[in-house]
Amino acid sequence: MLNAVNFLILFPFLMAVIIGFLKKASPLRSAVIIIGGFSIMVTAIYVAVNVLTSGDTSRFVYLEHTHVPDMLVIAGEIFLMGLVCFLSIKYKKYYAIIFSLVGTIPVLWMDLTGKAVEGNTHIRIDTFAAVMYLIVGIVGILICIYASGYMKDYHHHHTDVQDRSNYFLALMFVFLGAMFGLISSDNLGWIYFFWEITSVCSFLMIGYTRTQEAVDNSFRALWMNLLGGCGFAAGLLYCNLNPELQISNLSQVTHTSAPAIVIVPVTLFAFAALTKSAQFPFSRWLLGAMVAPTPSSALLHSATMVKIGVYMLIRVAPVMAGTLTGIMITVIGGFTFFAASLLAITVSDGKKVLAYSTISNLGLITACAGTGTTEGVWAAVMLVLFHAVSKSLLFQTVGDIENCMHSRDIEDMHGLIIKLPRLAFIMIIGICGMFMAPFGMLVSKWAALKSFVDSGSVWLVLFLVFGSGSTLFYWAKWLGKICTVIHQSFELEDTTPRSEMVSIFPLTSLIVIMCFAFPWMSGHMIQPILDEAYHTSIPDVIGGSDIIIMMIMVAMVFMIPIGARFLSIGKNSKMTMSYVAGVNAGDDRHYIDSFGKERALYMSNWYMTDYFGEKKLLKPCIYIATVLVAVMLIIVVGGAF
Amino acid sequence: MSMIILKAVLYIILAPLIGGLLSGVDRVISARMQGRQGPPVFQPFYDVYKLLNKQTTVVNSIQVLFVTGYLIMTIFTGTLFFAGGDMLLVFFALSMAEVVMVMAAFSTNGPYSIMGAQRELLQMMCYEPMTLLVAIGFYYANGSFMVNDLIQARVPAIVQIPGFFIGFVFILIIKLRKSPFDLSTSHHMHQEMVKGLTTDLSGNNLAFVEIAEWYDTVLMMGIVGMFFLTANPISRVWALIACAVVFFLETLIDNLFPRVKYITMLKVTWSVILVFAGTNLLILNVLK
Amino acid sequence: MKISKSPWVLHYDASSCNGCDIEVLATMTPLYDVERFGIINTGNPKHADVLLLTGGINAQTAPVVRQLYNMMPDPKVVVACGICACDGGIFKECYNILGGADKVVPVDVYVPGCAVRPEALIEGVVKAVGILEEKRKKLKESMKQGYCTVDYSKMAVHMTADDYDPSTQYDAVLTEEALREQAEEKIKATAKPAPKPVAPAAPAANAAKPVNAQAAPVATNNAEKGDNK
Repeated sequence: MLNAVNFLILFPFLMAVIIGFLKKASPLRSAVIIIGGFSIMVTAIYVAVNVLTSGDTSRFVYLEHTHVPDMLVIAGEIFLMGLVCFLSIKYKKYYAIIFSLVGTIPVLWMDLTGKAVEGNTHIRIDTFAAVMYLIVGIVGILICIYASGYMKDYHHHHTDVQDRSNYFLALMFVFLGAMFGLISSDNLGWIYFFWEITSVCSFLMIGYTRTQEAVDNSFRALWMNLLGGCGFAAGLLYCNLNPELQISNLSQVTHTSAPAIVIVPVTLFAFAALTKSAQFPFSRWLLGAMVAPTPSSALLHSATMVKIGVYMLIRVAPVMAGTLTGIMITVIGGFTFFAASLLAITVSDGKKVLAYSTISNLGLITACAGTGTTEGVWAAVMLVLFHAVSKSLLFQTVGDIENCMHSRDIEDMHGLIIKLPRLAFIMIIGICGMFMAPFGMLVSKWAALKSFVDSGSVWLVLFLVFGSGSTLFYWAKWLGKICTVIHQSFELEDTTPRSEMVSIFPLTSLIVIMCFAFPWMSGHMIQPILDEAYHTSIPDVIGGSDIIIMMIMVAMVFMIPIGARFLSIGKNSKMTMSYVAGVNAGDDRHYIDSFGKERALYMSNWYMTDYFGEKKLLKPCIYIATVLVAVMLIIVVGGAF
Repeated sequence: MSMIILKAVLYIILAPLIGGLLSGVDRVISARMQGRQGPPVFQPFYDVYKLLNKQTTVVNSIQVLFVTGYLIMTIFTGTLFFAGGDMLLVFFALSMAEVVMVMAAFSTNGPYSIMGAQRELLQMMCYEPMTLLVAIGFYYANGSFMVNDLIQARVPAIVQIPGFFIGFVFILIIKLRKSPFDLSTSHHMHQEMVKGLTTDLSGNNLAFVEIAEWYDTVLMMGIVGMFFLTANPISRVWALIACAVVFFLETLIDNLFPRVKYITMLKVTWSVILVFAGTNLLILNVLK
Repeated sequence: MKISKSPWVLHYDASSCNGCDIEVLATMTPLYDVERFGIINTGNPKHADVLLLTGGINAQTAPVVRQLYNMMPDPKVVVACGICACDGGIFKECYNILGGADKVVPVDVYVPGCAVRPEALIEGVVKAVGILEEKRKKLKESMKQGYCTVDYSKMAVHMTADDYDPSTQYDAVLTEEALREQAEEKIKATAKPAPKPVAPAAPAANAAKPVNAQAAPVATNNAEKGDNK
């Protein structure tokens, strides 16, 4: 078992080195990625299944004496610091150096002077880690496989970008290795190290195209994530050095007997999680990250990296229950959920909508975790699962649409169901998976609502219900755009390569399967997480009758189209033109104006930028959120000193 | 179990009849308010019968699927409610049904339909907070989300959640498609966007939409009545009276106010929800 | 039950001076109140059963009337309100007026008047609704035989008249060029000293053709004659 975990953590780094040497996009490189990727996936599934079926996960702890790995970690941290400083000087963004130094040097000092607490197990695989293994192993690897085909197309279209795709793909595997390391680690120092690797990976991947905009955005991502890292480092130092605490492991933090003291590092960890998961006021880096090629958006900024932030929050959720930190995290999360969904209404760039949607959903997960209740954690984990699958699918499909149509603007997706039927169909499933009953996100939102109601937080309930309405608006109008049937438009050439389909079809089927399987998932995957986190056996969150009704709804959603096809409903109807006040020019897309000339008719989506636009809303939201975060930090952390 | 099936079957059979009757009564009352005689009370049934006997014209082949889906899901939602299911789930299913209807309008690519569809989405954005809050309000008042438990309450919910009631009656204006908030499609004569959402539907499709709206009306009236139901059988009378009063009020508002701009609808609705339901929520939380 | 209990109306002004339009709208007011008969003024041909046309047809509105008529689902009736819709009325000799509504669509009821009185209009609509009921029966019969006798497959405005045989299908589409030609012919015709009674063969034949179409036009007017001097 330990060998499998070691393999999962170290093998991706090895693969990264190998891929780094394969400069050109060749069948060899694709083969290496596919074989290596699948071996990682299989191992991850093996580990996860072992853990989930074992019944008692407290025995999956390893590595008490870790001198050599610790040396490696220290070396790695110094390397990262050096890399960041070098690149900051090269691009003249000196502020990043400060964050990096502040984040790394105190930790190094603590490690090297032996003040860190030693002797506890460094690796721990419990149910939550197993679930995250599944997410990273399945979704992450599928995205890497997708990327190997995508990068070839990307450089074919963007000839102005230097082809360093080997470097890009290598970074993806480095990132995966860091993810596995982070999930498996229990030692806070190690978690911090892997955390920093993901920050730097994200920074390097965003800046891949090396345009001025990309460089700016990557440094924005870097400083925000490093700022969070400083917070994490501060919490780490507090845990290890505070004479009343002297703990080195995350599980010691969460299962502590001194909640009043431990809340301080927990708040700092929560702060770090906020930056990593792009909550307000730290959301701009995720929006700016959209300049990177699609696989990085899919992998980093929707499915996996931002999940680390909420992973930390879910881990510390039981400690946050009922504290000021919990309340503030909940409010920030709820506020982000609502504000980001309002902003998502106003943008027409497909990736930007997905970015705002990610921020919004992460806000919901944050809020759920912040309540600290069992239903909250249940809802948060369910949301993580469903969101990872749906969002990565959506990003990948938008990337494919961009490759086929050379545009990812929603306005250009008008009538996609005729132009690119396969991709449109996948998009429909993806979008429905995000907001429609009875798909998973809605189930989770339902559980979240129930948990908020019990937590007694009025703000949160209000944020959730209002945000739910605006979420519906932007998804449904995108869905409508895709479903528009434009007569006499023709199917475009679908240039999606087969390797990308290898990734997209499993994800689509996964969404559908998870719809049906969610009661099973709830019972076997999530209840154990709750049991472990709260040390008691938690009763089922969603009752039996509700599950039956959900299953009926799922069955209906799938039976209605199938039934309609077989019963030939509507086959005998007469086809007419759409009504354009009697002056339809015959093809539903032109009309005759009052001078007798034919003019084109076009329906765009409704953006309401005057009221909710970025210009109006983004800055106030960032200010409000900054105040909230500052209040939280000052009261909790400052109060400790 | 058999009670549940009985209630479900009763709803499926009786709701269109009651809904159509309500719609007819609404038209007669409106006419009398305007000093006219008005149509016969059973006019909506004549209308639907006529529509079912007309040729169905469609703009594309998937629109029928969507409209049928809308009808089936609305029936499902109402059945879920009257058979005693989870209120939150009822509202989520209702929003899903509405989205399917909006997809039907979007798929036609006609300008009036698409504009009506987007306005319908805006209307959903306006009333969705309130519908969810109603479910939450009932939970606060009576401790359960299940309709079965809620109708066995000791105290009528209206005593504890009057703010929610006011908010709900307010958004009922949107739900029942009455002025001033009938932006997406109006029951009255063609206004502003021809028939908005239902512009490109005809014949069978339009009949299905009408019938689905009847089911929806009965569901909404059922929720209004639930504010007054307790375990005491006499409370049913009160609930019926309340439904009648609310329905009359909606017709009155329909005849009094002109249609407003969309941003006015958004601002007013959200303010009302925030003020009435939010305050009520706050008070309930403090009192707990 | 009869479908004539719920006739929904589409009102279109082809080139009217609005006098008849005002009267049409007056019937919806409390004084005349056609909603007693279940009549609703929908603005949407796809929802309508009765097409109320006012004003004479000119080149700009002919395709529009045609398109509206095509979009209406069967069974449907057309009522020509006011003398201008019946045969061009006082503007019959104008260069732009092609004639009454029956130049482009088959009319079932002619209601003359200038402006048409609401009472006459209501009586005309009631008669049209009776015709509607008969059409519905015939439609059912023809549908039972497994086919619909009217081919509605071609509806685009820009298709030429060559695509149809106007003598067999009354919903042949007239293009703008054809209509302009027709207008020019009429101008030339007015310059002639002795106006021959131009029997508009095509539209009349059109109007009389389809099996499920209609009963005889009920009117006191001789709307089928073209240029009445």
